[in-house]
Amino acid sequence: MIVLLTRRIMGLFLTLIAVSLLLFAVMALLPGDPAAITLGTSATPETLAALRHEMGLDQSLILRYGQWLGGALTGDLGMSYTYGVPVAGLIAERLAVTLPLAILAILLSILIAVPLGVAAAAKRGGVFNIIATLFSQMSIAVPGFWVGLLMILLFATSLGWMPAVGFPGWGNGLWPALKALIMPAVALALPQAGVLTRVTRSAVLDTLHEDFARTAIAKGLSRSAVLWGHVVPNALMPVMTILGLQFTFLVAGAVLIENVFNLPGLGRLAYQALSQRDVVVLQDVVLFFAGLVIVVNFLVDLSYLVIDPRLRSGAAR
Amino acid sequence: MTTFLRPSLGDFARRLACGAAISAGLLLMGMTSAEAAKTTLNIGMTVEPTGLDPTIAAPVAIGQVTWQNIFEGLVAIDESGKVVPQLAKSWEISPDGLTYTFKLQSGVKFHDGQAFDSAAAKFTLDRARDAKSVNPQKRFFATIASIDTPDPETLVLHLSSPTGSLLYWLGWPSSVMVGPKSTANDKTTPVGTGPFKFASWAKGDHVELAKNPDYWNKSVDVKLEKVTFRFIPDPQAEAAALKAGDLDAFPEFGAPELMSSFDGDPRLMTKVGNTELKVVAGMNNTRKPFDDKRVRQALMMALDRKTVIDGAWSGFGTAIGSHYTPNDPGYQDLTGTLPFDAAKAKALLAEAGYPNGFTFTIKTPQMAYAPRSAQVMQAMFADIGVTMNIEPTEFPAKWVQDVFTGRDYDMTIVAHAEPRDIDIYARDPYYFNYKNPAFNDLMKKVQLTADPAEQDKLYGQAQTILAEDVPALFLFVMPKLGVWDKKLKGLWENEPIPSNVLTNVSWED
Repeated sequence: MIVLLTRRIMGLFLTLIAVSLLLFAVMALLPGDPAAITLGTSATPETLAALRHEMGLDQSLILRYGQWLGGALTGDLGMSYTYGVPVAGLIAERLAVTLPLAILAILLSILIAVPLGVAAAAKRGGVFNIIATLFSQMSIAVPGFWVGLLMILLFATSLGWMPAVGFPGWGNGLWPALKALIMPAVALALPQAGVLTRVTRSAVLDTLHEDFARTAIAKGLSRSAVLWGHVVPNALMPVMTILGLQFTFLVAGAVLIENVFNLPGLGRLAYQALSQRDVVVLQDVVLFFAGLVIVVNFLVDLSYLVIDPRLRSGAAR
Repeated sequence: MTTFLRPSLGDFARRLACGAAISAGLLLMGMTSAEAAKTTLNIGMTVEPTGLDPTIAAPVAIGQVTWQNIFEGLVAIDESGKVVPQLAKSWEISPDGLTYTFKLQSGVKFHDGQAFDSAAAKFTLDRARDAKSVNPQKRFFATIASIDTPDPETLVLHLSSPTGSLLYWLGWPSSVMVGPKSTANDKTTPVGTGPFKFASWAKGDHVELAKNPDYWNKSVDVKLEKVTFRFIPDPQAEAAALKAGDLDAFPEFGAPELMSSFDGDPRLMTKVGNTELKVVAGMNNTRKPFDDKRVRQALMMALDRKTVIDGAWSGFGTAIGSHYTPNDPGYQDLTGTLPFDAAKAKALLAEAGYPNGFTFTIKTPQMAYAPRSAQVMQAMFADIGVTMNIEPTEFPAKWVQDVFTGRDYDMTIVAHAEPRDIDIYARDPYYFNYKNPAFNDLMKKVQLTADPAEQDKLYGQAQTILAEDVPALFLFVMPKLGVWDKKLKGLWENEPIPSNVLTNVSWED
């Protein structure tokens, strides 16, 4: 178990280094000089050179990579070219939006999908089965950003219940901040919930046919006791896998949704940094995303060990 | 299990109802407080500034937040585009045009308590003209040879050559006065002398300003206590935010096609004003066939500017015949110099040796006006046998690299935001690769005189040269599409310089 863990953590670390190298190489190939962008159409060769020096762009690529990686390892993520503030603080600020948004979306999708999926599986051909099928098909087919736009039209523009766009910040009270996150979270959660409903339904169905479930029913346990006590916990593994995988899509989806709702989250930061060629910020954010995905996958793997004791003994070998 | 589930669901429902009630209450409270306080303003902008120091970076959004609100200049540019006194209450220019003596306001303090005096002014100008300066308009200060400060209220600039535009330039955002002790942090926490202080910046969302209770200029009555600039890049989201009441004003609304959606709104009104944004299709004047003036003229005559404006900007905008706007003093309407005439254009092309037309590529930034204009132009060029391919070119990164610095392009299209920047055609190097000694000579003469009438005459001649030479296809001036609350007074309708001056903005009861 410990050997396995150490090996996985080492692998995790090496993957991150590889990602950082690749990332840096790609950034170096991106057209567009951040200094030239800052100065715009009034740039002269003289001011351009002065600004390039100030930004450290006149140093060699290897030196810049070394500085970036060295800094990142010690927690110094560098300074944003455009905002002129440390990137670490910028990411922390944006995480305070994206993280609650992602958690809200995941919780929402679990809250919708798991009961619906289980109910659909419990009685094939029942009304929940039809609802679940319809819901999952529609929510997967309809893009989240479109749902977002519709919600803005209905709840913000027409009814005036919700703020249309933007984020007031947590400093202005919990409710205004949460209010700004509700619609984006729903838009983000719906497609996820669709996928998750399907997976839950088929996982529960599969497990219902396993020997232990049949034994439990044969023993005379009530249907719901079998379902919730035996089948659902055992059906969790495929659900966890999909949740882990979906996390990646959630992060990608957040870029779109954050732009629709004009939320100052990490996704929008990445988007802005790209268009402004704020290379340092872009590198850091993408590395952060990559790290997040790698860590989440690792945690999902770990959760298998917790859920399924058989894997634990297998891991010891 | 099922018996356990039911009460928990009921419990959930109760909590939900309770939560809804609390939220409704909070919502009402929020509404009443916003209703009562009419000293706050939520103002929308499309682009978020990159840093808040207009003296070290070019993006116009920086000035649109800070200029006249946080930072002030020795002089200012007023709503009609005129130079007016500000931190300098008066000035004298020596007859040879080489010495400018400014008398400064007394008792002016920066927001952090530093005194504004001639030493601070000298510091600001020395910083801007220093060899290491990254001021985007460094060339403004190029002729300042030395600066004297005989006393705290007197500032003397000695110039190496007469600079007729100097006063106008000193009114720009890039020329604002900064505090010697605070400049290092101006990018994130700007400190100026203006009627508003910087309060906070939630990056990616908004910048907050608060009224400066110690503002030096007692002749103005600043009514707003708190101003929030909110940044919303998407036009649909901008419209939604306005209609939902999240915003009180969007002085430069990004989508002309959505302007009519505000018609009949009981709360909002629209205002169409002028700007300095000249949409021009620049050509690489040294590249074939654009090195032939007849070809450039033919392309200009192939275009019906009105159709371009209709197609690109829903009919909002003013056609121009040169690189100059009706806002500017000395403006001449030269749209008649090369008017739309496809037959003449075709004949001119044949004369230049292209009876069967030619093929070229336009590098088009993604800003809405550019691809839309390009598509209309493409159709009109096709009528005279010219094939134009459209190559989307990401702005600013790729465009600045390919077109602006690389000058590797046939034609491009971009809106030039800087006021009275007709002199870009005399700059060498500049992306048009346009060289005309007669024009350069006029630009020099403009600087040799500080007499406005003489300058207007020279600018008039310069406009005529450009209208005939067409180094760029002059299309239209962008409108300032303002949308704001009917009860809001004092926002500028026109934009002689990119800005959101809030000094005189107030709510009507």
